[in-house]
Amino acid sequence: MGFENLLLGFQVALQPNNLLLAVIGVALGTVIGVLPGLGGANGVAILLPLTFSMPPTSAIILLTSIYWGALFGGAITSILFNIPGEPWSVATTFDGFPMARRGEGGPALTAAFTSSFVGALFSVILITFFAPILAEVALKFGPPEFFAIQLLTFSSFIGLGGGSPLKSLVSILIGFILASVGLDIVTGALRLTFGFTDLMKGFDFIVAVIGLFGIGEILLTMEEGLSFKGASAKMSPRIVWDTWRILPRYWRTFVRSAFIGFWMGFKPGGATPASFMSYAFAKRFSRHPERFGKGEIEGVIAPETAAHAAGGASLLPMITLGIPGSPTAAVMLGGLIIWGLQPGPMLFKEKPEFVWGLIASMYTGNVIGVIMVLAFVPAFAAILRVPFAILTPLIISICAVGAYSVNGRMLDIWYMLIFGVIGYVFKKLDYPLAPLVLALVLGDLAENALRQSLIMSQGSLLIFFVRPISGAITAVALFFFALPVITPWWRRLRGVSEPAASPRET
Amino acid sequence: MRAADLTTAALLMAVGALVVRDALRLGVGWGTDGPKSGFFPFWLAVVLLACCLGIIVKTLRRADRAPFVARAALGPVLKVLWPAIAAVLLMQLVGLYVASAIYMGFYMRWIGRNSWLAVVAVSVGFSVSTFLVFETWFLVPMPKGPLETWLGY
Repeated sequence: MGFENLLLGFQVALQPNNLLLAVIGVALGTVIGVLPGLGGANGVAILLPLTFSMPPTSAIILLTSIYWGALFGGAITSILFNIPGEPWSVATTFDGFPMARRGEGGPALTAAFTSSFVGALFSVILITFFAPILAEVALKFGPPEFFAIQLLTFSSFIGLGGGSPLKSLVSILIGFILASVGLDIVTGALRLTFGFTDLMKGFDFIVAVIGLFGIGEILLTMEEGLSFKGASAKMSPRIVWDTWRILPRYWRTFVRSAFIGFWMGFKPGGATPASFMSYAFAKRFSRHPERFGKGEIEGVIAPETAAHAAGGASLLPMITLGIPGSPTAAVMLGGLIIWGLQPGPMLFKEKPEFVWGLIASMYTGNVIGVIMVLAFVPAFAAILRVPFAILTPLIISICAVGAYSVNGRMLDIWYMLIFGVIGYVFKKLDYPLAPLVLALVLGDLAENALRQSLIMSQGSLLIFFVRPISGAITAVALFFFALPVITPWWRRLRGVSEPAASPRET
Repeated sequence: MRAADLTTAALLMAVGALVVRDALRLGVGWGTDGPKSGFFPFWLAVVLLACCLGIIVKTLRRADRAPFVARAALGPVLKVLWPAIAAVLLMQLVGLYVASAIYMGFYMRWIGRNSWLAVVAVSVGFSVSTFLVFETWFLVPMPKGPLETWLGY
């Protein structure tokens, strides 16, 4: 049955105009991934308004292709310029940049792209099998189960995100508070508007994403005073072929990293820890751990496979439960709502051609992606040689266009600037931004689920514990919430000293 | 860094207090048919206040002399920020296309010291291509000013 559906999906994804959109999406996405200040979430947010007039299936194909492209683009900057475009590309720089400086940029990029492809493909295959099952289970979910899953989503930022748990919680709360500004659709009351009519419509999360990630990132880049003096890489079919011949030797690393990536990735904020974990495992199991950090190809394969497996996996909860696993997935979810689709398990029943078209396009998008980046790496890398004096106003102007086109309100451009400054300050002070965006997107859904659950139980919170599925999920969520408290206590009990601070998720 | 941390936490506490006040106005208890409008924001704000207190206590215990922004780094940041603010102000007056052309041209001339030819080519090129993509191709209208009106849009 699943196979027939996938065939249906391929019929959609392989239509010439959808294939063309995938090519455009991957190209745009790679450019976005290479440019500082324009990550996946932000790029998708800016281009989202352009999709309003498209059929939803074509629109989501364009957006997911941008997503894959941005993931590929991140590897180019990490390896050639030692600039991780995204937090999960940090581990790729450890060995990728030394390789590039040694003149092995070509093999490093080939290995990175191939690993990305393998990792993403692994996730997509698992999604193909698990998504229908998960959606089937989720159909039986009521409000308490959905609220429990929301709780789990946010608890994993606190328990697994690394960094300060208090600050992660603050980010989540700010997101929820911003989401509650405006008209309360249940009671019709105006909340937190303080008499300003402009606040009635609330804050649009797309504007928030563009400001927090786009403008904030540019300010941060300026402060660090980055100059893009990177290594150059020669690419030829010969180099690609030679690299491909040695890659199968590392099949264990591929398999291990893909599993780590998928497992970490379908929980929010999982891609970054997945890439570091996978790197650490690769080093531990390697016969030459001393070569890591000096330009070992395995050190490129491991984090890239894991990060992309996680990137793919983060789309699983989005299409089955309507709960995004990453900021980019959150923006896409916002797109679904704007296109008039109700995200969640019913999509599989009501819009099979949409869901399966999306899943099939993950296959085609990745195949197109890996071919395109391998063929055009020098062109993409050349973008970073464009002077900063052109890039900065260009990116800011594009951000303004994106922010305005969401609602056609000048005010949103001002919000974007304010969110930009907030993003800059938050990032400097280690407040993670991803949970804020997710909370802003999910705010209404979470509140409604909570309200309906409490109405069902006449106001008793016990409802989240006594229903079996929601009880189990809530228990796991509470465990994650408690993890930052438990871990130091557990370490002391076992007499292990505190480990070095882990790199942060943003 | 410490001062910035404390200031941010204090500002967030002020936000929390505002939210609590508004939530109390809306009612935080049980209405006729479920929780009142203020219920959810109220508890969010209460936890927010508690978290910020926690952050303040933690920060006060930490000895940290590093400044939030190094003096040398502040210049480049402001050099991006204020032209951006000016550009948005300009968008309100003359529309997005003209404003971004002026903004790009100014920035390229001022920071990049590009030649006038490059300045004009890039800034006008960007605005015209954005115009074509958004106004004519995707039919997404952008803020427009006197120039566009004069041209008949």
